[in-house]
Amino acid sequence: MTSSDLTELGIKEASRLLRLGSISASDLVTAHVERIERLDSHVKAYLRFTPELWEKQADEADRRIRQGDAPPLAGIPLAVKDVLCVRGVETTAGSRILRGFKPPYTGTAVARLFEAGAVMLGVTNCDEFAMGSSTENSGYFPTRNPWDLDRVPGGSSGGSAAAVAAGEAMIALGTDTGGSIRQPAALCGVVGMKPTYGRVSRSGLIAFASSLDQIGPLTRSVDDAAVVLSLMSGLDPLDATSSDRPGMEVLNNFGGGVKGMRLGVPREYYDVKGIEAGVKSAIDAALAVLRIAGAEIVDVSLPHTDYGLAAYYIIAPAECSSNLARFDGVKYGLSEVDAPNITDEYLQTRRKGFGTEVRRRVMLGTYALSSGYYDAYYLKAQKVRTLIKRDFDEAFKHCDAIVSATSPTVAFPIGSKTQDPLSMYLCDVLTLGGNLAGLPGISVPCGTSDGLPVGLQVLGPQWGENVVLRVARAYEEASEVRAEVASVV
Amino acid sequence: MSDRDWEVVIGMEVHVQPRTRSKMFCGCAIAELNAAPNTHVCEICLGMPGVLPVPNKAAIEACLKTALALNCEIPRHTKFDRKNYMYPDLPKGYQISQYDLPMSLNGYLVVGARTVRIRRVHLEEDTGKLIHAGDKLHKAWESYVDLNRAGVPLMEIVSEPDLRSADEARDYAMELQTLLRTLGASNADMEKGQLRAEPNISIRRAGSEELGVKTELKNINSFRALHRAILYEVERQTQVLESGGSVVQETRGWSESEQRTFSQRSKEFADDYRYFPEPDIPPLELDRAWIEELRAALPELPGARRGRLVTQYALSSSDAARIVADRSLADLFEEAAAAGAPAKQTANWIVGEIAPTGKLPSGKNLAELVRLVGDGSITRDQGREVLMESVETGRTPAEIVAEHGYAQLSDVSELRVLAEAVIDSNPKAAADFRAGRKQAMQALMADLRKRAPQANPKIANELLLKLLG
Amino acid sequence: MPLSKDEVRHVATLARLGLEEGDEEFYAHQLSGILGHIDRLQQLDTEDIPPTAQVVEVASRLREDEPRPSLTQEEALANAPAAVDGSFRVPAIQEEA
Ligand SMILES: [Mg+2]
Ligand SMILES: [Zn+2]
Repeated sequence: MTSSDLTELGIKEASRLLRLGSISASDLVTAHVERIERLDSHVKAYLRFTPELWEKQADEADRRIRQGDAPPLAGIPLAVKDVLCVRGVETTAGSRILRGFKPPYTGTAVARLFEAGAVMLGVTNCDEFAMGSSTENSGYFPTRNPWDLDRVPGGSSGGSAAAVAAGEAMIALGTDTGGSIRQPAALCGVVGMKPTYGRVSRSGLIAFASSLDQIGPLTRSVDDAAVVLSLMSGLDPLDATSSDRPGMEVLNNFGGGVKGMRLGVPREYYDVKGIEAGVKSAIDAALAVLRIAGAEIVDVSLPHTDYGLAAYYIIAPAECSSNLARFDGVKYGLSEVDAPNITDEYLQTRRKGFGTEVRRRVMLGTYALSSGYYDAYYLKAQKVRTLIKRDFDEAFKHCDAIVSATSPTVAFPIGSKTQDPLSMYLCDVLTLGGNLAGLPGISVPCGTSDGLPVGLQVLGPQWGENVVLRVARAYEEASEVRAEVASVV
Repeated sequence: MSDRDWEVVIGMEVHVQPRTRSKMFCGCAIAELNAAPNTHVCEICLGMPGVLPVPNKAAIEACLKTALALNCEIPRHTKFDRKNYMYPDLPKGYQISQYDLPMSLNGYLVVGARTVRIRRVHLEEDTGKLIHAGDKLHKAWESYVDLNRAGVPLMEIVSEPDLRSADEARDYAMELQTLLRTLGASNADMEKGQLRAEPNISIRRAGSEELGVKTELKNINSFRALHRAILYEVERQTQVLESGGSVVQETRGWSESEQRTFSQRSKEFADDYRYFPEPDIPPLELDRAWIEELRAALPELPGARRGRLVTQYALSSSDAARIVADRSLADLFEEAAAAGAPAKQTANWIVGEIAPTGKLPSGKNLAELVRLVGDGSITRDQGREVLMESVETGRTPAEIVAEHGYAQLSDVSELRVLAEAVIDSNPKAAADFRAGRKQAMQALMADLRKRAPQANPKIANELLLKLLG
Repeated sequence: MPLSKDEVRHVATLARLGLEEGDEEFYAHQLSGILGHIDRLQQLDTEDIPPTAQVVEVASRLREDEPRPSLTQEEALANAPAAVDGSFRVPAIQEEA
């Protein structure tokens, strides 16, 4: 088997070959590292690599495989978004303000994948503090879309999506606050899943907006996403908002197809302002495939869709303004320690450490919480959040899952939206509702428009991961559209 | 100053460290006062990126117990909020506290003749400690941050402005301390910072209903300091107002060395804390069964116990107050009384001998001791020694008395020989006494007790009087 | 509601964000644009709508009061930009020394 074949494998086939002894975990790592060496100077998916970890973890995986007690992800190469803390590994949230920060602990989700035998290749690029939809807001450099290097990979988990799309990792972790897993997955032609809020512990996730953030997988198949997600899920004593509600416990109970299921198409999503014709026709084709597979496609309505972005851009910045107050140059990261006084130290550290988008959101959030504006903005947005949640509750009375495009557009050229924040924010218009309502959602590849990937989004009710996975897998099977590894160059 | 014209109005904010083994939101152990800096910290209380708070159940229980003992209402739901401000002793840039849905509301505490309304008791976390180079904040060229205290749980007990004097404010704080110790909710040691009282003080024309401009006092480390700081501040405000000035609303620090309050520059942030609900902690449901369980498990509260000691044992109210102030003393008293010791004498032993040392015998041993002294078997001086030995060794007073051959010397002829020797050796005191200076008897008795601690003081005294007469 | 330069300055002070030449105009302009979109929220009547702070209902989960090992002092300070004798060092806290 050639090494390029090895970088196109999924978990199931790789595990089979590993257990047969046809390949070793070290072979898998080597194949990926070689591909990274060949491609990543173009794609720029990674910020840094973790050779000490991958050597140790691959050896351990090989040892366990030989002993016959291999855990479920033994030897599987993993890329980790730069917002997830890994003990001793520089973790910076894509920000200069955290340069050099090495956490003394590993977050729960990553730790669970390590226990499951995953082999960490490195840390992937992202928008600074996960704020952005293109990975252009990285404090280091932009990542490129493996299908067209002049275009963005989406964001904020753009590095993870690009790495998986380019065969530079078999699986990757991202985080999704308003669409940051699903949108880059769509733009890079891979599978990306955001679980129900509370499904995966946020311990170790450098917070952007605490009531919206969730960790999830980026993979090249629905099966792989399900495996990774199930291994990360469940109650964690380190996260009071985590839960062990059912819905993920059986790995293969989502293989039942969509026959007899009712899939809702919200007209506000279907006809969302700015949706590209090519995206729309790909979605039409996907709906046809699902109908042929036995699903009933029904109209539903999410009447407050028009207010979602506005509510989101109060709540998320408000929480981030507080979450980012800890970056004060005292305990870690960048610091103007030689400033004449503490106030100047704060001002200069945060002036130099934060990029424009982060500063914009911290200001917006501070404003929305400040005295005199709290009721008009923050409280109002929380009430609108209730209305949006109720919209989904109502819609799920009429359907089992909701389907739509993940992103109104395909990958756009680098630099085309950086001058107009609002146009960038509109990238998440179809995904952020899922975060506001805490829903599980997935994006699966559903063809192309002008040669660029389009993603189909499936949203389910809270704790309905099984439903979401079942629809996504049924679509994957019926459509024969598969996430492919981009050849890049 | 014309005291009669001004009424003092005081409300108290008291921060109390509940008795827990670990911090409010992480598993770090509570550091001793002298612990090396930053040795009781973890990624959570250091506010590292990616960490989350998980509330400590014992802190919540201590807070609820305190609230119940203060007659507060406990709502069905409570939540934590973030109070946002940046300061180097606050690692996350916000303090997790409670804003509009505190753990409890609307209670009261009876202090002497005054019923003080309690506005709320809520939970929050402490900040770290700053050490300033050159000691003084305003002169420091740099400061050092120790986060051992960061994240230590604190209950904040807020009263309405119902106190009317420094005495009342001090008594209120002392009563709270007693209550907290009785509940086992806190050790409430002021010197260790486990109870920090911050009075806010204003004065107004007697008869006026309007509140004056208040100042809030900080850095108070003892009940004495609390009392003095309030007296000082009332005097200061009175002078300001009587000289036609106006009081500025501000925080003032108490300087123990200078015995005065001074204006503390407000912290370096605008006063806009941007409170909002803590998204990392789900709202807490305060289950009624849990609350009723806690209520049922409350011990007898100090006010009730004082009343009972007075009626049941005929103790003076001052003895009852002194004994109930420390739950272990009160328990000791009742154990000794239950073992048959006469109440008044037992109370005397506890107030006079045991409370000052803080070393407690068993109730049974105390009862035996009180009996041995009471029936004249040993003298009070011997009793003191027996008590000490009993506390140290745990042996019974009867055993100790037997072993040392302690007994009271009541034989008149032996005592007469002793009294004559004392008069011979103290000719000046004897002459003074004969000249009418009655207090000279004290010196003679002291010498006699030194020569023979076992001497029956009553008979010895009579003999001395007779010999000198 | 458009944001004035004064408001930008006030918010930046609250958030401890240093502003440089031109930042006030830049952020006033950009934030006003975003708020222009956000102001559509005011069209909705939310009088009787309760706010949602936590979207998923999770039972209150508390921690037993059991101490766990802390970091060593060395680990605690390993990332510190400046440390002296086991403490984090910060510049003067009051502006005029
Ligand atoms: Mg407080
Ligand atoms: Zn800790």
